[in-house]
Order: sequence, then structure tokens, then C-alpha cells
Amino acid sequence: MDFSLTVKEKAKKEEFEAFFREEMKNAPPEYGNGGLEGIYAEPEGFAFHQSMARKLGERGWISMAWPEEYGGRNASIMEQVIFDEVRGYYNAPGIDPFAADMFAPTLIAGATEEQKKRLLPPIARGEAFYCQGWSEPDAGSDLASLTTTAIRDGSDYVVNGQKTWTTGGHRAEYMFLLARTDAESERSRGLSVFHLRMDLPGIRIRPLNYMDGKHLYNEVFFDNVRIPASDLIGEKGNGWALTRQTMNFERSGAGGFSGSKRVLEEIIDFARNTKRDGQSIAKDPGSRRKIVEMFIDSEVGQTLAYQIAWMQQSGNNSGLITAASQSKLFSSELALRMADYATEMMGLYGQVETSAWSPLNGSMVELYQFGKSGTIYAGSNEIQRNLIAWTGLGLPRLKTGK
Amino acid sequence: MDLTYTTEQAMLRKSAAEFISKECPFDSVKEIEESEEGYSASTWKKMAKLGWMELYFPEKYGGLGDPFVNITILMEEMGKRAFPSPFFSTVIMGGLILLEGGSEEQKKKLIPKLISGSLILALAHHEEDAGYSPSSISARAVSFENGYRLIGSKLFAMDANIAVFLIVSALTDEGISLFLVDSAKQGIECRKMPTIGKDNTCAVTFKDVHLTKDDMIGRPGDGWLILEKVMPRAILAKCAEMLGGCETALKMAITYAKQRVQYGVPIGGFQVIQHYLADMKTAFDTTLYYYHRVAWMIEEGLECTREISALKARVNKVYKHVTDRSIQIHGGIGTTREFNVGLFYRRAKSSESMLGDSEYHYERIAEQLGL
Repeated sequence: MDFSLTVKEKAKKEEFEAFFREEMKNAPPEYGNGGLEGIYAEPEGFAFHQSMARKLGERGWISMAWPEEYGGRNASIMEQVIFDEVRGYYNAPGIDPFAADMFAPTLIAGATEEQKKRLLPPIARGEAFYCQGWSEPDAGSDLASLTTTAIRDGSDYVVNGQKTWTTGGHRAEYMFLLARTDAESERSRGLSVFHLRMDLPGIRIRPLNYMDGKHLYNEVFFDNVRIPASDLIGEKGNGWALTRQTMNFERSGAGGFSGSKRVLEEIIDFARNTKRDGQSIAKDPGSRRKIVEMFIDSEVGQTLAYQIAWMQQSGNNSGLITAASQSKLFSSELALRMADYATEMMGLYGQVETSAWSPLNGSMVELYQFGKSGTIYAGSNEIQRNLIAWTGLGLPRLKTGK
Repeated sequence: MDLTYTTEQAMLRKSAAEFISKECPFDSVKEIEESEEGYSASTWKKMAKLGWMELYFPEKYGGLGDPFVNITILMEEMGKRAFPSPFFSTVIMGGLILLEGGSEEQKKKLIPKLISGSLILALAHHEEDAGYSPSSISARAVSFENGYRLIGSKLFAMDANIAVFLIVSALTDEGISLFLVDSAKQGIECRKMPTIGKDNTCAVTFKDVHLTKDDMIGRPGDGWLILEKVMPRAILAKCAEMLGGCETALKMAITYAKQRVQYGVPIGGFQVIQHYLADMKTAFDTTLYYYHRVAWMIEEGLECTREISALKARVNKVYKHVTDRSIQIHGGIGTTREFNVGLFYRRAKSSESMLGDSEYHYERIAEQLGL
């Protein structure tokens, strides 16, 4: 067993740290406490995301682990993990959650050569921003029941239907869409993936505001939207296989856990420097216990991220699927628990949103709200538990209605 | 980074697994639990022959000089089978204390005997106060002529009933000191305490036991320091054993969920059971990965006071969680003595307070975090 970093890896880490430490000084107030809210809620936040993306693109950091022929550097998994870890710690934007983290791996896995050469370089340069067209009102966890159609008509596909939970749909220039190219097909058969511009005629966007009033999600309506056939990714009818691959493409989760570590440092700082009823919060037994529990969990989580990196590096794919689900479960529940513990420790101040009165710039009361989406999106935690049971433990999958 | 065991370590694991499975199946474990000795002397001799006692001791004392991690592999395999033996008391706790604090003479005299299987050691440290801090020690070693007279009562002394030598902490003028006490000496009385682990937890009283200056381990007043120094490795080994037990309880639950049919289907098909098991697996896997990381830190000599405490607290919690859910999934049969998952449910509780309970370790972490 050897968890150590090589000299080269340590040097990379320092390089990443120096960059993010410096660049994050330029974050506009609208970027707030970062995360998806920081990127999508306000135009200034999205502009900061875009400018960071271009800087990361210039350095080759968006595409570092891609194959060289599409603008990558074939960097090691460890280098990627270190990058994710440092970026997570600084809560920095610039890696588009949909373009870089989801669509690019899908393209690499299943697009035609022409599409890879056309669509990957703008993502690598930090110039293309995407949203995701998967969920529908009646197709959430059961994604294969989706009904949006894309029917061939001449040299185009014509799209009709509705997508929902489209995070950043009001900011992104492009969408990757999963739609039914065979109207008679059922379930996972007859689906295809498309790349499309969000300003095509027939696309209508309606905001779906979050409980705190922020605009991150959207409903997207398609009314006879024409997409050129050349933008059907890979082969027609291969959409489910591609989508499964996208779901399975998981980074180590290192960024999430290092983000938690940073949050914990801030909570400790708050506890040490805040008095209530004449006593430091750091001396209150209940608060001490909470902080220690968070410390243990974030330590364990960070190690899980390393383990996932190791599985990727050593090609342990069966272990990886389970570990990625575990990481999603663990990190989303940890984030929510941290927000709850921290706001509890803050007492009356735990309710105050970002303002002169709010401890830690209101980040914890924000996380208490937005963190609730983390246990639901990207495959609800119930779905993750099913996956662990089915693929990790080989438990039987009982027949359901469909 | 390379998160794998070496071929040599994998072989050691395999041979340990085969040996214990054959030598001590669960029925034998239960027989041993009900015996006065609480271990099998014949198995102990065989373990010595296999070379298990010599692994990490330096070559000059007759050992192999292996990394300490190798011995935790054995602990893990023992834990998987709830194997009762004085291995932890003798080879880990006793061995580490001797190496850390013993004089050259003590080491040269005792370690070869320990390796040959003819010496069982037991630490008699806790007292009525049952705390983990120096203030919990009140046994006294009073200067007397050229030596000491030991007076006091010890509780929770594992394997004291079968030990040849007891390692006893007691107050001297300089503070807490450790003594190597021949268990056959006059004035020592030892009784087993009934515990949920059905192990060799003992109560030992010392009434005016005569000791010489040479019976001391380390310098006068160094006792607490020596114990603190061996604690990370001892905790790591104890956690290895606990994680082994946790893994078996998890595997038993998975197997049972696939076999047990109710409502015409295996209960493992029900989502409630699937989610219990997914959570158990996640809790176990993540803790095992963390254990590997802390083991690596210890092997590398990195500062890991916080991490070793985090590990013990985490293992305490996860072992209880997994064994509780495992019995729940088994239903009524899981609660019987005939079935074996209860062995692990009980051990999860008995090991929880060994080498510091969760509260103790939480507080250590809090201090380290500057709270």
C-alpha cells in the first residue's frame, strides 16, 4: 500500500494551487459561495465561469486526461484527481459540469471522427457551454420511459416534447439531448443522442426556480425543432448505451471531498472565534462532537476518492461502478449533514442568508437548501443504493411494472 | 500511489485464512468461549510453528523484521473468524511494549520465548475508574529495600488468566511506571470477568507483590509515555481485527438475503433490504480504504494522531452498524447462539471500548483540531 504522490505530482499540485489561489481573488460578489448556484444564478457568475474556463483551456487543464488527437495530454488519472482536489478546495468554476464532465466523455466514447474533431476542441478551449437534456416530467429516475421524439425528415431530425430540471439551460449555448428517434420504440430501445444549439427556432425555456428563489433549473419545450442529421451523435438508436456510459463516467469525487475539507476549516475557524453565552463555541461539547464527526467523515471521503482514482488507474472497472455510486452517496449526504451541523452551531444566525449578519457569508444556510438537491440529482441516492445492491452485491432485481 | 498488497502479503493472508478456518471453525470458537482458558493451547503452538509470532520483531531478537502491516493482515483474518487467542495481548500489545520500553536484556530474554509460543503476556492497566487518562491509575509500586511492593487492583486485563507475565502499570515516585510481573508470584489473584465478548477479560489484584528494580520496563515514570507510543500500532491492529469481523457480518447478510425466500422471492430483492446492504457495504468499504491509508501513514512514520483516533472511532461505529443490520436482515435466526452472526454483534460491543472508546477518540481529535 502506497498513498504517496510522486515528485512530479507534488509539483503539479503546487502549480494548480498557485493558479486557483490567485484567480479566485477575481471572483465577483455575484459568484457568491460558488457551486452550481454561483455559476448559473446570476449573469456575472456565469461570466466568471466562462472566463475561468478559457484560462483553464489555455493551460490544457480541461482536457488533460483526453487522448492527444482531440486536444488532450493523456495526463495520468492522479494528475486529474489532484486537479479536481485543488479546484474543489478553492471552490472554483471553469470546468463546465455538462460540457467537460459529461458530454466530452460521451463524445470520446461514441461520436464519429468528424464529430469528435468538430465538437471536442471548443470544449477543451473552454469556449463551449452545455446543458443536459435528459429528464422529463414523467421520466426522472426511470429515464428510459422518456417520450420526447426526434423524427427524421429529409436531412434533419424534428424534435417535439419537453425536458425538465435543465440546469443552466438559460445560460448554456448548447444542449446534449436524449430523444426517441423511433416513435414506436419502447424503453431503452430507439433512443439517440443529439448536439444542438439552444437558440434554434421552436425552443422555449421556462424558469423552474429553486426553493430559495434562485434561477438554476429550467423546463425546455421543443416544438418542431429541426436539428441537422449530422448532429446525431454516433449511431442512430445507440443513445441508451452512450447515456449509460456517461452515467458511469464518474470522476473520483475528489473535488467534492476537498470542498468539504475547506468548509470544515471555515466551520472550525467560526467555532474558535465565536462566543455564545460567554463561552467559545469550540468549547461546547455538542459542537466539538459535531466538528469531529465532520472531520472523520471528510477524511474517510477523501480516501474514497483516492481509492476511486486507483481503481481508474488500475482498470478495476467493476469496482469502479460501485465506488462511484458510494462516492455520490457519501459526498452528497456529508455536504447536507455539514450544512445542518454548521447551521445548528450558529444558532439563531443559522437562518441568516448572505448579508452583514450571516456567518461564513451565508454559505452554510445556502448549502442547507441547495445541498438538498445533491441527494436527488445525478441519480437519486435511492437509485445509487439500488446500483450498489445490484452491481456491487449481486442482489436480484425484481420485476417491476416496466 | 499503489493501493495493492504485495504477493507475499496476499500469500500470508491466504495461508492464515486456511489455517484458522480449518483449525477453529465457529463451533470451536463457541467451545473456547465457554472454556476457562479461553484459548486453545494446541492451536497457539501451531501458530508459533507457522511463524506468526515472529513477523515484525527485529532479526536480532529472532524475528523476521517484516513491516508491521503484515501482522495486521493476520489480525484481519482472525477477526473474520472471531478467532479467540492471546495473540493481540501477547504479540501486539506485549511485543510492542517490550520493543518500545524494554531493556536489551528483557528483549533478548523474552522475545525469543514469545516467538516460540511458550510465553503469553497480558497488560493489566485499567482500574476501577475505567478511564483512559493517567489519573485513572491508582495502583502503587512502593519502594522497598532494593525493589518495590506492588499494591492495587486491575480490571479489564485481557488474558491475565493465562499469562506467564503481566505487564502492570503502577504509580512510583516518578509517576506511572510499567512492571513485568511473573503471574506465579505470591499475592496475585486473578478472576475472569463475564463480558459480552465471552473473552479472557480479567480482574487482577496485587497484594504486596515483591518486585525487583529489574522488573521495570523502561525508566521510572516512563510508563504512560511507552503506552502512548505503542498505541497507534495497537489501535491499527485492533481495527484490523474489528474490520475482519465486520466483513464477515456483511458477507453473511448478503448470502442470507440471496437465499432466504419470503413472499415467493429472495428477500434480497426487496429494496429495503437492498438499501440496508448498500449502506452496510458503503460503510465497510470506505472504512477499509481509510484503514489502508492510516496503515500506510504509520508504516511511513508520518504524524497521524488525529487519523488513528478517527480510524478507531469510525471502526467502532461501523462495526456496530453492520452487525446490527446483519442480524436484522437475518431475522430471528440471527439472534440465536446456534447461528454465528451474534459472535460478531457481541464482539463489536466488546472491542468498542478497547484502546479508547469513541468519546475518548473524539476528544483527542478535537484537541488536535485546536478546539
